[in-house]
Amino acid sequence: MATAALNPVPQVVAHRVERAPSGLVGWITTTDHKRIGILYLVTSFVFFLLGGVEALLMRLQLGEANNTLITPEVYNQLFTMHGTIMLFVFLGPFAFAGLGNYLVPLMIGAPDMAFPRFNSLSYWLYLGGFLLMSAGFLTNNGAANFGWFGYAPLTEAIHSPGPGADLWIIGVGLTGLSGIFTAVNIITTIFTLRAPGMVMFRMPIFVWNQMVTMFLLLLAFPVLTSAFALLWIDRHLGGHFFDQNDGGQPILWQNLFWFFGHPEVYILALPYFGIVTEVLATMSKKPVFGYKGMIGATLSIGALSMGVWAHHMYTTGAVLLPFFAAMSLLIAVPTGIKFFNWIGTMWRGTITLNTAVLFCLGFLVMFLFGGITGVILAQPVLDFQLHNTYFIVAHFHYVMFGGSAFAAFAGIYYWYPKMTGRLLSEKLGKLSFTVMFIGFNLCFFPQHDLGLRGMPRRIETYSAHMGWNFLNMLSSIGAYIAGVGVLITVCNLFVSYRKGEIAGDNPWDGQTLEWACSSPPPDHNFEALPPIRSERPLWDANHPDQLTKVGH
Amino acid sequence: MAALALAPSAFAGTFTPESGGSPNANHIAGLYDLTLYVALVIFVAVEGALAYALIRFRARKGRVAKQMHGNTRLEIGWTIGAALIVTVLAAATFISLHSIRDPVNSGPGGLDISDGVQYETTGAIKPPNGRALTIQVNGIQYIWRYTYLGNTSNPDGLGDPYSYYQMVVPTNTTVILKVVSQDVVHSWWIPQLGGKVQAVPGYTNYTWFKIAKPGNYKGQCSFLCGRGHARMIAEVTAVSPARYVQWINQQKAYLAAADAQASTFRAELSGKPGAAAVELTNK
Repeated sequence: MATAALNPVPQVVAHRVERAPSGLVGWITTTDHKRIGILYLVTSFVFFLLGGVEALLMRLQLGEANNTLITPEVYNQLFTMHGTIMLFVFLGPFAFAGLGNYLVPLMIGAPDMAFPRFNSLSYWLYLGGFLLMSAGFLTNNGAANFGWFGYAPLTEAIHSPGPGADLWIIGVGLTGLSGIFTAVNIITTIFTLRAPGMVMFRMPIFVWNQMVTMFLLLLAFPVLTSAFALLWIDRHLGGHFFDQNDGGQPILWQNLFWFFGHPEVYILALPYFGIVTEVLATMSKKPVFGYKGMIGATLSIGALSMGVWAHHMYTTGAVLLPFFAAMSLLIAVPTGIKFFNWIGTMWRGTITLNTAVLFCLGFLVMFLFGGITGVILAQPVLDFQLHNTYFIVAHFHYVMFGGSAFAAFAGIYYWYPKMTGRLLSEKLGKLSFTVMFIGFNLCFFPQHDLGLRGMPRRIETYSAHMGWNFLNMLSSIGAYIAGVGVLITVCNLFVSYRKGEIAGDNPWDGQTLEWACSSPPPDHNFEALPPIRSERPLWDANHPDQLTKVGH
Repeated sequence: MAALALAPSAFAGTFTPESGGSPNANHIAGLYDLTLYVALVIFVAVEGALAYALIRFRARKGRVAKQMHGNTRLEIGWTIGAALIVTVLAAATFISLHSIRDPVNSGPGGLDISDGVQYETTGAIKPPNGRALTIQVNGIQYIWRYTYLGNTSNPDGLGDPYSYYQMVVPTNTTVILKVVSQDVVHSWWIPQLGGKVQAVPGYTNYTWFKIAKPGNYKGQCSFLCGRGHARMIAEVTAVSPARYVQWINQQKAYLAAADAQASTFRAELSGKPGAAAVELTNK
């Protein structure tokens, strides 16, 4: 084993180094990519739990017909903030800022991010953005209540007066700005700080996906920021960009928002594809099947995702249906390639069925199902029926929760040992997965049929005569079961932090560089690096008999 | 396509879109079933391969993973395969686009629309023979208003009969809906009568249906429009053409009576102080 050679003990202490402040001050003033990464991970996971509570309140309300537990005003705030939190401050930042910060420098053999202080600024803008958008709950009219895609003219001052909407605009705008900063930082890091030997085509797939995600973010978020600026002018400065009574165009908002909104969907998916790729390869003890094909698929998904925004607008009658339908259907091809490559990665390997792999399998089942309902929805005439119903709600929860969030849990179980030095309990992990998987499917599978039976989304109540009672009841029960499953992992995170088994540097026989340093990694990550001759340098160092072929 | 259109009735409406009210809804359900069957085959095949890999290649003592990096031929093969399936689906959806968006002619038992004065035939979509009943659907927070166009010579529907919540239409007659909104975005949707269309302020959207069976078809606003969104419900009542003519004449009579009553009141008021202001607001 070459492990001993990787961590040489320094012989001479040449000079005194100023020590970083410890404790709370240390966390607040930190510019270390690992600490900022952990700040992002913990913060966004807490937001995930908050968004989950909002979801459970909504399911409580919908559990039976004609329920009057929650007023329409509060219900509209709940689903608006649920969507905003899950998309803008959980799913995105958890992966691209949390895991991205923590892992990208480690995976490419860098000591830190390219701009450490800029990185710290990103985090604080992100946290401030969340606090502002949520502060709406403390105001008279409550938080924003027009849905996370805030269609004008409902968002105009005349229809949505009050500070809740303004706080939402500023808050989401700030998290967008924070995302842009993170994108600049990570792209610069990847382009300039790779260790010697780490050429682009030797970077782990996770880093590739992270890079494409960051470019998507740079293309998409400025459009959202601009749309927000126009909306702000409409609301406060007498503008009428989206006000039809003065020659404005409500459709403009839809075009601007979805020009951001569809790449955003892939910003919330591509990093998770990366997690699944890394976990499956490591746990199968094999290289990624079709490494370059995988990269090509990621690049194609990124490119296509910029040209499909109007499939959210099929029913407006204001878009060219065949073009956007063809582009949307086309995305199924690179996504399909990824699926085949994942199965190829497992093929003829030796698969360890631990919690991280279980969550990846959950991802593979549910993301594929969500992808298939996506192919149905990509067809305009079918979308005419299904648009804005519970079928859509089920579809994107299969993709975003069953897909991305399950992959996030796989990432937690996979990298927690690196971050804390201790393994998470497998027993609790498997229990958590089982309960979440059952709860999730019980919650969201019936919603497909609810949508087909004509139940629109975003209604806080429904008549008992519609025939939707039973399926809604099932769905609500499932939601609470899934909630219990999530709580089991939360307990696991706390319990294992003190009592978990000591992980060691490389508990999974990992292939990429983050497993080459200690757990948790030292201040500047690496004392020495193994030679980088392939996309899995650590495997080559630890298994000299099974070297990765170079130049394939 | 005819066989596909019949498929949903065999499944009695489980896991398939609502249909049976209008030909466009039936076509949608047919295309949905086609896609669903293709998709289910793919789902089962991929998950089957996954399950096989899991069981067959579990880590066991003495087993060593084969360090393979890919297979270019295989990868090109499945890329082409995936592209072919997508092409077939795209073709199916493009072919069906017209049968769903473009209205058909009214049936033999439909309302006689030979008299072109009473019924407007302009608009973005129209049946091949150009004869259809046109109703304007106006989304208002939080109610639907229907104007039965073409009953006066006024092109913007002023003075035409109207109703709220319940739309009355004749059977076997092609009905074209001009969908508009006067405040925020709404979405018109009666599941059994075909797909939904957004009612966007400042913009006119079109859809159509042709109902064979008399009865009530329920739906509701399917785009968030504010606090009353959940209660913005709608109902289309299909009656025989004769009953429809009777109903619309009744509405016209009510309107005429109301107008007459209003002018009587105006005349009474004009003799009293302050009447001028009333006159102005009524004009």
